[in-house]
Amino acid sequence: MKFWGYRRVNGGIGVRNHVLVFPTVICASTVAQMISRAVPGTICVSHPHGCGHLGEEREHMIRTMAGFCGNPNVYGVLLVGLGCELLAPNLIVEKLHNTGQRVETISIQAEGGTNNTVTKGKQLTEKLLEEAAGAKRELADVSELFLGTKCGSSDTLSGLTANPALGIACDLLVAEGGTAMISETPEMLGAEHVLARRAANDEVKKRIWEITIAMEANIKAVGVDIRGYEPGPGNIEGGISTIEEKSLGSIRKGGTSTVMQVVRYAEKPSHRGLVIMDGPAHDVIADTGMIAAGAQMIVFTTGRGSPVGAPIAPVIKVSSNSATYNQMKDNIDINAGVILDAGESIKDVGERIFGEIIEVASGKLTKSEMLGHNEFAIHTIGPTV
Amino acid sequence: MKQSAIVIDKRDNVAMALRKLERGEYIQLKIEDRIIDITLSQTIPCKHKFALKDIELGGAIIKYGEVIGLATRKIIKGGHTHVHNVEGLKGRGDKQ
Repeated sequence: MKFWGYRRVNGGIGVRNHVLVFPTVICASTVAQMISRAVPGTICVSHPHGCGHLGEEREHMIRTMAGFCGNPNVYGVLLVGLGCELLAPNLIVEKLHNTGQRVETISIQAEGGTNNTVTKGKQLTEKLLEEAAGAKRELADVSELFLGTKCGSSDTLSGLTANPALGIACDLLVAEGGTAMISETPEMLGAEHVLARRAANDEVKKRIWEITIAMEANIKAVGVDIRGYEPGPGNIEGGISTIEEKSLGSIRKGGTSTVMQVVRYAEKPSHRGLVIMDGPAHDVIADTGMIAAGAQMIVFTTGRGSPVGAPIAPVIKVSSNSATYNQMKDNIDINAGVILDAGESIKDVGERIFGEIIEVASGKLTKSEMLGHNEFAIHTIGPTV
Repeated sequence: MKQSAIVIDKRDNVAMALRKLERGEYIQLKIEDRIIDITLSQTIPCKHKFALKDIELGGAIIKYGEVIGLATRKIIKGGHTHVHNVEGLKGRGDKQ
């Protein structure tokens, strides 16, 4: 099976062709926004990071930023720095050059202030945009697709309709040789044994237990009952009683394939097939991490309705019930509620999601893209100094 | 007529309401080739769970064929099964 994508010089394949203006530090955020606004057609993100990352978090941040900027959906990136920050653009460039990504850099102190940086940054970005306009889609094999999965604002129907339907789509993608990722380690608590049983080997099994035991220890260290947080207030109102119940519904979205690998947050998998990324269940933090790990697309299931999108990757939204679909039609692409009220099978809806994945990979816009949703947030792991 | 509730796995001792179910309402649920008759002892909000049989204090609540928590008090057949009478075992920092 094939789709139409953008072949990159490093061999990767993008489903979009974005030019990204990316501040490596919060102090460069406004300048980055000014540059992006001056060059319509570009995308810009903001974040509060770039300084104060101690020890392991420094590497974690570099990996995440470089992974995000190096995603094959990005034709080229302008990195905007200040000049005195911990994560200067050159640190990201080093990683990006390993991937062959097209990159330009600019720093506010070196350029001499906001206005000069915006003027120069605009020229650099215009050049990237001109080059990007020359890229053409070509046929690529579905095995090159890397799908991130997420469930957000879940209800008890998520585990019954939307998540198992997405699971079917993941199984179809994996059968074609592609990659599907599940993350949200807190939503593996109570379902670890189910995932561990499906581990490809002892090392993967060990890692599944390691990440879930570490996550639970972190949660317990706070000294509260996880209920009210996971499941959150909306989940509980939606009928979910415990984290175990939420997890068992949540993991269904990855399908039933063998778990090939467990990677860190924003770490690129070296295996195809079903992979797990260790990370929080926070919708936007998880999406950002999976995109930084190389996912070209996200399928996001929702029970109560979510508008969330992502800056450089299409997000396909699947509702678990028809009431939410009818309430938030402008946000939701596919309604899995038909499983309950129109008698459609989970398999039929799963195949529809898979078909939509191929179409969106070839250029069809998702609702979140049409509305311009571009939520972005990076996971933090260490004390900020 | 639309299905009023659903049981996900044959091992489960809870079902999920697919619409608001009234106290005293009588429903029949098919689990594979078995039929269970239930009269709801409480009003069950749409998408919430109710017990398929009496569950004793400390008894496991089974959904997806797996343990999703324990009963914090006796739950009678047809009773609303949620955070007021079920507790999870994972992530209980309050029990350290």
